[in-house]
Amino acid sequence: MTFFFETLLGGLLAGTMYSLVAIGFVLIYKASGVFNFAQGSMLLFAALTFVSLHDQGVPFALALLLTVVVMIVGALLIERLVLRPLVNRSQITLFMATLGLSFIIEGLAQGLMGSQVRALDLGIDDVPLFVGPLMLSQFDLIAAAAAVVLVTVLALLFNKTRIGVSLRAVADDTTAALSIGINLNRIWQIVWAVAGIVGLVAGLLWGARQGVQFSLSLVVLKALPVLIIGGFTSIGGAIVGGLIVGAAENLAEVYIGPLLGGGITPWFAYVLALAFLYIRPAGLFGERAIERV
Amino acid sequence: MRASLKRSLAGAAFALATLASAVPQAVASPDQQFFPLATYRVGAYASSGVQVWAGMIDYLRYINEVEGGINGVKLVWQECETEWTAEKGIECYERIKNGLDGAPVAVYQPNGAPAAYALSERAEVDKIPLITLGYGRTEATDGTVFPYNFPVMLTFYSEASSLVNYIAQREGGFDKLKGKKIATVYHDSAYGRETLGPLKLLAEKYGFENIQIPVADPGNEQSAQWRQVRQANPDWVFLRTWGVSTPVAVKTAARFGFPVDHIIGDIWASSSEDVLPAGAAAKGYLALTPYPAGADFEIHKRLKQYVLDKGHSDLKDLKNFGSVYYNSGLVNAAVAVEAIRTAQAKFGKRPLNGEEGRWGLEHLNIDDARLKAMGYLGLMQNLKLSCRDHEGGGSARVQQWDGANWTLVSDWIAADRALLRPLIDEKSAAFAKEKGLTPRTCTGDE
Amino acid sequence: MSIPVAQETAPLLLIQRRVPWGLLGLLALAFIVVPLWGNDYWLSAILIPFLVLSLAGLGLNLLTGYTGQTSVGAAGFMAVGAFATYGFLLRLPELGLPVALLGGGLISALVGLLFGLPSSRIKGFYLMVTTLAAQFFLEWLFVKFPWFYNYGSSGTISAPKLALFGYDLNTPLGRYWLTLLTVLLLTWSAVNLVRSQVGRNWMAIRDMDTAAAVVGIPVVRYKRLAFAVSSFYLGIAGALWAFAYLGTASASSFDINRSFQILFIIIIGGMGSIAGNFVGAAFISLLPIFLSHAGQALFGGSVDAGQLQNLQKIIFGVLIIVFLIKEPEGLIRLLHNLRDRLRQWPLRF
Repeated sequence: MTFFFETLLGGLLAGTMYSLVAIGFVLIYKASGVFNFAQGSMLLFAALTFVSLHDQGVPFALALLLTVVVMIVGALLIERLVLRPLVNRSQITLFMATLGLSFIIEGLAQGLMGSQVRALDLGIDDVPLFVGPLMLSQFDLIAAAAAVVLVTVLALLFNKTRIGVSLRAVADDTTAALSIGINLNRIWQIVWAVAGIVGLVAGLLWGARQGVQFSLSLVVLKALPVLIIGGFTSIGGAIVGGLIVGAAENLAEVYIGPLLGGGITPWFAYVLALAFLYIRPAGLFGERAIERV
Repeated sequence: MRASLKRSLAGAAFALATLASAVPQAVASPDQQFFPLATYRVGAYASSGVQVWAGMIDYLRYINEVEGGINGVKLVWQECETEWTAEKGIECYERIKNGLDGAPVAVYQPNGAPAAYALSERAEVDKIPLITLGYGRTEATDGTVFPYNFPVMLTFYSEASSLVNYIAQREGGFDKLKGKKIATVYHDSAYGRETLGPLKLLAEKYGFENIQIPVADPGNEQSAQWRQVRQANPDWVFLRTWGVSTPVAVKTAARFGFPVDHIIGDIWASSSEDVLPAGAAAKGYLALTPYPAGADFEIHKRLKQYVLDKGHSDLKDLKNFGSVYYNSGLVNAAVAVEAIRTAQAKFGKRPLNGEEGRWGLEHLNIDDARLKAMGYLGLMQNLKLSCRDHEGGGSARVQQWDGANWTLVSDWIAADRALLRPLIDEKSAAFAKEKGLTPRTCTGDE
Repeated sequence: MSIPVAQETAPLLLIQRRVPWGLLGLLALAFIVVPLWGNDYWLSAILIPFLVLSLAGLGLNLLTGYTGQTSVGAAGFMAVGAFATYGFLLRLPELGLPVALLGGGLISALVGLLFGLPSSRIKGFYLMVTTLAAQFFLEWLFVKFPWFYNYGSSGTISAPKLALFGYDLNTPLGRYWLTLLTVLLLTWSAVNLVRSQVGRNWMAIRDMDTAAAVVGIPVVRYKRLAFAVSSFYLGIAGALWAFAYLGTASASSFDINRSFQILFIIIIGGMGSIAGNFVGAAFISLLPIFLSHAGQALFGGSVDAGQLQNLQKIIFGVLIIVFLIKEPEGLIRLLHNLRDRLRQWPLRF
């Protein structure tokens, strides 16, 4: 029985790591209707920038600040060069544009900062923590705490600040927001910058776990089931979705896996998402699109 | 008007580039031996790849400048980016298989499993031998069915056997293996699954419990697997992973309290790239390797003197001199060079083609004396290939990571190749039946 | 969700009034020039992959471009076709190559139908997720169960014997003929399919499926048909990719990157158009080779090879974005505009 609870808790905690990645997607989708495939490359770029600066001797806090600046500049460039010319185009065109963008960012990342695998030491030791008979990971707990802090900050941003309210207005109805004078370009720049910073946080945590290397951008594929289950437009949904996917994946690998030969994690989360879609086609917390003829 | 000016400039640039790529520039001549280098300098594996090519190029440069070529025949090489994919691997191969400006190709290294599989049959038709050192088809050990495929030095089957032999050494004898538990955490791909068969056979022979736990690609979350390991409580863990799944495995193992000095990594989990991201958790980690890390072998002293100190090394970061991947490049290049040297003894001191290169590979015999002369004693094992045996080696050494460097903790551990040969013959016979091939008979002189 | 398409409405004019000079020229090139002057490199490394990718793009286009169902699982269905054809050739060799290919396609169609069942309830981006599920599941399937690859140690499959009516097709030219004829036959049937009632229904579903249902088109049935037909094409493309091009393939030859590659092909080439697939495939498969040759010629040796490759990656990404900005309906629309402008050009004087 302890084994079951351990697996469950471990899975929930692992899931928060997925949620961190998913939050970046939700932000951008909410404000601009774009499914940003380049989020993974942005994660990689942010983590690489930080590690490169840190390795050169720049102190932790300053490196963090500089990386944030770089991500903001990147967001400005993306908005100006990619989003503005493609305004009003179909969802799939924008998706393809982000796919192309991911190539560019990956090429830049490797070209500017090299392809060497780097270790990322955040000062968090990945040692086991015992809560009663259950063994938990200290690193995962800290990651979960980071996710909670992030969500709280974002919730405050969206609900208490003017910019946050404007973001919600744009997400609800772009034309109406424009008509009351909200500067759409400014909003998009802000959203992409915030998504970049969220990506930095996620990149740092993932990088600390597995090292900063090229495959960091593949976490994107894990975030998709999370988004489906939680809904594309809800941050809370991203958290809940992450928890569900993490727990289900871990439990499935241990209990169902051996029946099928093991290694079922690549597709299990997706099949789970599929099952959810049958019941709630827009995800748990997502908005149901209204069909009009 | 401005728009059309821009367009015509763009058109001119385009035309220039097309013309430039159409005009051939002679960079080789028919009295040289061509060494095609199918490389990957971008993508997920670039960081390791870059060191491998540096090792190869440095050794080839050494042969050319210090030894004056292979018996006077100078080498010329050209790189072709494959991005570790099959399509580009095929494109590179087709581009260079007829040589470069008259300089012929004697042996070809596909440098990547997807390309190796895709080329395995083309090579048979084009009569160019493929050297797939430490990857490729294990069945190709049987040269009667695969005349032009050479999985030289160490296949995964032999590696599994070397592992068991090393563990037996550590435990104090083969009889001590009975009742012990060896868990294999493997990357759930064809690569990881290759050792399922041999380990099953070895477990039957020696009586240890064989636990197999798959890790799905890419393996950046392994708590479920290592929780299972903790439940099973094995004596040793064989880590058959690669890429990001290796450091994550080591870290997760530490988290679950499994002693890292009882984890033995496979040859593709044995470099500093694999352990550095795991940080302090990797201290004491063991790994099998047919090309151990280290910069104090004799060949390194020579390379330092003639290539590195003159600033001619292909390495951008000299810290990697003597790393596992750099040394793998040295070993790969050495096998190719010695094969050509062996063939030249029969066919004459001139540039050779693929068939002659194959003869050289099948009669390759590198003993301790030759290794000493080459400067590779301790870095490379003895090799003796033949028509029926395209592997020719089957030994590995074990090295241990201390947090900053690898130190060797064993001598060459040979695999029990006779035990595993029937498995290989079964698979090569199945392949021959599938293709309707008649295996050739080995008379010893082809 | 609206998809930009090159052919906005079903063609009303079904009688071709003009002689299709362009098409005839390309066919002459394919049937006469290439076999006479093609060398190994052009055949094996350039033309065969181009043709197979066009066929794969065509398959995906039928589903995504004509019926509007976004799919990112194309490579999974290609894998089904490849492994199924292998199974036929291995276990029932007396059936012969064409039947084996057809069988592979049919099995792939069945699998496609199975994974297309959710399309009755799920739409748009969310449908993309089911296709991703298909992709990952099928990839896992073909690694996990050794029966599919005849228990080989490396998990790879290779064509037992490519022969047609006694002719050995295992030469570059033989494989070229096999690929060319298959692609032409399937393209011709696709052209007829999209011009028929089936094609018109598909386009109606893509444009506005609620309205299509109101008008009386059995939407669910046609969506499933689209999945099946698309997977049939993809399955045959997969078999050709494995046996006519690579020679030896494994499940990893059909991974998520391949799916993205085919999606790129149809978006850059032009969704909702048949010719667009060929243009897109040419762009995707030939451009990297061209860039690599140009890079080698212009900078070979002086610029670090790694940096050159990174530059090519960046250029590729930039070109994709530029094309999406300049011409969302794909290269085929650009080419049509060019053709129209050329037709008018003499009249300007």
